[in-house]
Amino acid sequence: MATAKTTLPSAGPATGSRSFVSRLRDGDEIARLTTMVFAATVVLITLLLVYELWTNSALARAKFGFHFFVTRVWDPNIDQYGALPFMYGTLVTSVLALLIAVPLGIGAAIFLAELAPPRISDTLQFFIDLLAAVPSVIYGLLGVFIIVPLMRTVIFPGLNKPLGFMPFFKGPSYGVGFLTAGIVLAIMVIPYIISVSREVLLSVPQDQREAALALGSTHWESTWKVVVPFAKTGILGSIFLALARALGETMAVTMVIGNTPTISASLFSPGDSIASVIANQFTEATGDLYLQALVGLGLVLFLMTFILNGLARILIVVTTQKGSGVPT
Amino acid sequence: MSASVKWRRLVSNFMLTLTGVCAVVSVSVLFFILGYLVYNGGTSINWAFFTQLPTPVGETGGGMANAIVGSAKLLMAASLLGVPIGFLGGIYLAEFSGSAVASVVRYAADLLNGVPSIVMGIFAYSIVVLPFKHFSTLAGAFALGLMMIPITLRSTEEFLGGVPRYLREGAMALGASKWKTIATVVVPAAYRGILTAILLALARVAGETAPLLFTAFGNRYWSEGWGQPTASLPVMIFTYAVSPYDDWHRQAWAAGLVLLGLILIINILARTILSRGIAVPRS
Amino acid sequence: MQASSKPGLSVNIATNTGAAGQGHLASLPMRMTISKVNFYYGSKQILFDINMAIADKRVTALIGPSGCGKSTMLRAMNRMHETVHTSRLEGEIQLDGQNILAQDVTTLRRRVGMVFQRPNPFPKSIFDNVAYGLRINGIKGSTSEMVEKSLRRAALWDEVKDHLYKSAYDLSGGQQQRLCIARALAVEPEVLLLDEPCSALDPISTAKIEELLVELKNLTTIAIVTHNMQQAARVSDFTAFLLTGQLIEFNPTPQLFTTPSDPRTEAYITGRFG
Repeated sequence: MATAKTTLPSAGPATGSRSFVSRLRDGDEIARLTTMVFAATVVLITLLLVYELWTNSALARAKFGFHFFVTRVWDPNIDQYGALPFMYGTLVTSVLALLIAVPLGIGAAIFLAELAPPRISDTLQFFIDLLAAVPSVIYGLLGVFIIVPLMRTVIFPGLNKPLGFMPFFKGPSYGVGFLTAGIVLAIMVIPYIISVSREVLLSVPQDQREAALALGSTHWESTWKVVVPFAKTGILGSIFLALARALGETMAVTMVIGNTPTISASLFSPGDSIASVIANQFTEATGDLYLQALVGLGLVLFLMTFILNGLARILIVVTTQKGSGVPT
Repeated sequence: MSASVKWRRLVSNFMLTLTGVCAVVSVSVLFFILGYLVYNGGTSINWAFFTQLPTPVGETGGGMANAIVGSAKLLMAASLLGVPIGFLGGIYLAEFSGSAVASVVRYAADLLNGVPSIVMGIFAYSIVVLPFKHFSTLAGAFALGLMMIPITLRSTEEFLGGVPRYLREGAMALGASKWKTIATVVVPAAYRGILTAILLALARVAGETAPLLFTAFGNRYWSEGWGQPTASLPVMIFTYAVSPYDDWHRQAWAAGLVLLGLILIINILARTILSRGIAVPRS
Repeated sequence: MQASSKPGLSVNIATNTGAAGQGHLASLPMRMTISKVNFYYGSKQILFDINMAIADKRVTALIGPSGCGKSTMLRAMNRMHETVHTSRLEGEIQLDGQNILAQDVTTLRRRVGMVFQRPNPFPKSIFDNVAYGLRINGIKGSTSEMVEKSLRRAALWDEVKDHLYKSAYDLSGGQQQRLCIARALAVEPEVLLLDEPCSALDPISTAKIEELLVELKNLTTIAIVTHNMQQAARVSDFTAFLLTGQLIEFNPTPQLFTTPSDPRTEAYITGRFG
């Protein structure tokens, strides 16, 4: 208990204009220092993480340098490690996921922001938030037992028969592969696109819509030609966010991608992604170079998501600010 | 109404209906997932599931008692690591720090939040597994705890910041020191939002598998103490699902139902009851 | 296109006008008539039995204190109130003798345009803003000619002719509002509704727009809501004074401002409340 000399708080606001000693006696200084230590820990952990990734991949970086990114061969038996098949797999599955998720997600966001009455919009958004909480391994479970058979029995024949002449749709298919992983990833990232796009669309000023309607637009025209373009930066941000999530997804992808480091144009080919090869091989890695090559892959993944998340944040902040600003 | 206006209205109604279809499809995925889990796993949820250890490979029967306990231990330890750092760090940001320092800490937290969980596993491996040369519950808890920090930190800062000035000033005008004000007035005013965020963070890491693959690893038996590898529900689901045994598949469904059920219940409770009227952080 | 003055129209017009006013009104063709209009947001009534008319090729001003319902009345005229689910309109509003509530709303809104309180150009170029209405309505002809024509009519052409493809947000507030007027004019509406168009602008921009409105009435019928009485006195031919949802007086502007027929009108215009 403070034994302050005065009874009134004329000792000033407790934000540092009192003497160090009186602050110390009140326990404020201790509180400040203690909480500061914890806050600093967060920064330290982040720095340590980058440091560990960097030093624990030193061997691989020294040996391969930039060739790491362009070598196709990943063969532990001869200690040859190239990241290309995994980068390919990560990119292909993520792009496929976006191709499916973006139209669906934006469409749903438009419905929730423009058409649905507020109660229904909020309820549906609640379910979307729950969907975002479903863990990766559960999606993997459904992927393995529902989507893989579906791919084998319905999707592959459906696409291969008419379009099999194109390199994208060449068989054979074992059920697992790039497209399967892409579909599972799409389901996983849709909630992110919907949540952010819905918020961004809701923040578009009402008088933009009204101006379009007052010129004789139909509801769709005002939405598609005015509201969505107004919000496009934020929507793009949501896509980057979804992409960042898709890149780092491990379990669901591991369970359905086939785990073969292949580069193939066919969507039905089994492949591998950065995250899933780490998941599968990390505990099997014999020898330092092998392990450090895997850590190197982790570093690559970290950098990719770091850049994407940063861009996404900027884009989203820019849009929601634009909506509330008055044009000069 | 001219022909072209008729056409435009038709297009408008069609496209808007399409967006409704997109919304329905997206939301229905949640119910499909639950449906499949209940259908395939519901019948396998029995007393044995919760109390027995896994049987040797190839034998049917058995349960996941060790995985359930293992997950519980991991989450408990993860909270002990993640919540204090996040909570106290958040207090520092909201109450004591200048804006420059605050932005740095916030940036670090956002960065940490965006790290893929498998990379977090690599980090935990290098810090906790490598030095001791074996997998452990501690290592798994370390990875999961780290993942809880950013959400806890940001939410604490946000909800503390939302406490109105007049509450603080009322306490200070009575002679309360700053830390007393925080402890007795500000935090209690904000506790519901913070608790919601912590629960949501817990629900999120409860389902994480990747970071555990090479930290806690796995265990067919009970894990003693904190220094041994341990089974966990998500890893069991993964292992069983990719195995060639039908009986293991059946158990994987059951485990999936239990895990998702728990996560959804926590989410629903946190998002409805606890945070009535508060804006809830996005997952 | 002049709407001929149908016998029934002038008889339905507001009873609050003095005999002289009614006689004057009866000789003019009416673009729009408003009969027995009651308006509700949910269970709350905003407008009570409004009867008035908008004279063709004239400026009609709606004045009154905040919350009197003048904007609500204006917005009903192009059915903009329908964007709020709980709104309900009773009574009849006619455009050229046809009930607007029975028509296709998209077509109606092309014929009855609107300029809003705060300038709200689309996030597009100046050109694309003006061309928007032309494009979605599929109006045939040279788009660039029509855009130029509108910008000239809004007295903005000279200021923007070299910057047509720049973003509309690069313009000043007053310029943006004139752009919005040009955008509305591009589809050649029969009636132009303006909802306090100058309230967010500086005095110079306001003066420019007021000049514009007086010229524009040769082109299109104008109805304007304003909280600025002097503005109403300056630009309008007819003025309607509303108070708490009721139409108190509706008369030719000079008459309303010099010899108001209702004591409440007099109180408002002399500044005893507002």
